[in-house]
Amino acid sequence: MSLVRRLARAREAGILVMLVLFSLVVGLIEPRFLSGETVRIVLLAIPLIMVAAMGEMMVLLARHVDLSIGSILGFSAIAAGMVFRDHPEWPLFIGFAVAILSGAALGFVNGLIVTLFRLPSIIVTLGTLSLYRGLLFILSGSKQIDPNDIPEPIIRMAQTSPFGIPWIVIIAFAVALATWLFLTFTQVGRQIYAIGSNPGAAPLRGIRVVPVTILVFTLSGALAGLAGIIYAARFGYVNPGITGVGFEFTVIAAVVIGGVSINGGIGSVAGTMLGVLFLGAVQVALPILGVSGFWQNAIYGGIILIALVIDRTVRAGGIRGLLARGTA
Amino acid sequence: MLRNKWMLVAALGASLLTGAAYAADPVKIVYIPKNTGNPYFDSIIKGFEDGCKKLGCEFTTVAPATAEATSQIPFLTAQLQRGVDVVAISPNSPDALNQVFDRARSKGTIILSVNSDMPGNEDHRDAAILPVDFTKTGPSQVELLGSQIGYEGDIAILSATTDAPDQNVWIAAMKDTLEKDPKYAKMKLVTIAYGDDDPQKSTTEAEALLANYPNLRGIISPTTVGVAAAAQVVETAKKADKVKVVGLGTPNQMRRFIENGTVDAFQLWSPYNEGLLAAYFAVGVKNGTIKNEAGTVVEVPELGKVTIGDKSVLKTQADLTTFDKKNIGDFNF
Repeated sequence: MSLVRRLARAREAGILVMLVLFSLVVGLIEPRFLSGETVRIVLLAIPLIMVAAMGEMMVLLARHVDLSIGSILGFSAIAAGMVFRDHPEWPLFIGFAVAILSGAALGFVNGLIVTLFRLPSIIVTLGTLSLYRGLLFILSGSKQIDPNDIPEPIIRMAQTSPFGIPWIVIIAFAVALATWLFLTFTQVGRQIYAIGSNPGAAPLRGIRVVPVTILVFTLSGALAGLAGIIYAARFGYVNPGITGVGFEFTVIAAVVIGGVSINGGIGSVAGTMLGVLFLGAVQVALPILGVSGFWQNAIYGGIILIALVIDRTVRAGGIRGLLARGTA
Repeated sequence: MLRNKWMLVAALGASLLTGAAYAADPVKIVYIPKNTGNPYFDSIIKGFEDGCKKLGCEFTTVAPATAEATSQIPFLTAQLQRGVDVVAISPNSPDALNQVFDRARSKGTIILSVNSDMPGNEDHRDAAILPVDFTKTGPSQVELLGSQIGYEGDIAILSATTDAPDQNVWIAAMKDTLEKDPKYAKMKLVTIAYGDDDPQKSTTEAEALLANYPNLRGIISPTTVGVAAAAQVVETAKKADKVKVVGLGTPNQMRRFIENGTVDAFQLWSPYNEGLLAAYFAVGVKNGTIKNEAGTVVEVPELGKVTIGDKSVLKTQADLTTFDKKNIGDFNF
């Protein structure tokens, strides 16, 4: 157990080193990057990814993957947006409830299909990625939720709160904290790690694999649904063909950069948060550096790959001593 | 003049007669937008629908979920098999559909490129219906921003993708206007950012513009996703009085920002009128009342006269429409 924990710590050390090095290098080229303004921009950019990443992390921990979160986010955002648009007299929390519950329902369906038919989750959620996107077109009649249909208080969530920090940032960190508490202090939370570490042995240890797996997908869906509200708050409108498209790739990249193993069982909330922060910093750094639009995609992808290679090297113990000791 | 009118009446009468003769078989028009769920194209569709209600044509619309180069092909072939007379399409690619178009036209189907043309591939379609005289887009946007910032200060452009053909032509025209017209000599274009028509990326790019250029006075974003993102960023950063946002947007997308004072004015044209003109043109050409050649005048009751230009290009309106606090209430698209 202590070995696993030390490995996990090494992984987080690796990503932390990368985050610091990256910020320093960018700051050296463009000192403006190390300003409070940049911190503000990064903090506004990450809540969307962070909330969904917590769900995706749990799915990966259980040795599954959820490719449908972008479509779930879109579906939930449209559903909540339609409530806001068609029933402006209803209290706002109903929109929240609709987003989270519809996301949970779609995630539940994912988990049900994966466990009931014993299908690989990558294939099931590839299917529901299209299915849910299609359903959201049908639900919305292909009509966008326009900015004046989103209530002012929702949009202000991305701008401020009584504490000075925008609500969406507070929500994101609260979700991370709750996930950490759940994984660390509940039996079910520990069982998720056990299932991912060794799915064959889990039932022998008395773990009910099917309900726990379904729960994990349901949580992932619910968090993608919550991300749908954050999307509406931050961008101020919801478009059926744009909202959440390709979102799964950003989230999975963040989670994997954060040291969560694609093979299940290994990973932590702190690592995932660092992965999200790193990706957010890269996304903000490229335009601040004035990198031309022609180069941005290539550089963005390259940085993700370099991050993964460094992380893998650190984990394999190659230069682990060097990096980990250097920061200890 | 009078004689022209009488000829028109005669032509209308003739078209009514032929219309009566073919009453059982109205002109079948399909419109294929770039993708579904785009409020801009919904407005073009509304124009087609209203036009067809008056003219008695049979109108349908189908669209792919994503605006990829080849995503329209299956929809197009299915409609051709159904036997439509006119295909109006806002092509996702200037040339990916050429072969399908050629086959359809050899069987008598009329192909109209709506909202954007297919540069270099004009031989593969019958005519293009454009929303506005696009050469005015660049200069008109520069003037709109200039008038709001006293024709002085740093400005930036937030565009769509680096290879977006329309935007690149407009941006070239903006640069040209800024360089050559002495009126804009004190406006300095500091950078061009690309938001890829993605809300997330457009937002990050707009935030970087504010961070990188503390003296920025204005942003021009000639794309509906970009201009909304820029407005949202300026509002969130509480810099609406310092940084002016102009661009091309739809009234419903921008209404909130106009009403709360974040944005003073933006521009566009009427996609609705574009659909209307396309419907009148399609039915006229199919029935033989409109000759598809340069110089022919097409008359649409709600619009007035539109003259067919070189390479069978029709421009729905000459100048861009400016939307501000005074008139935005009159528009709903």
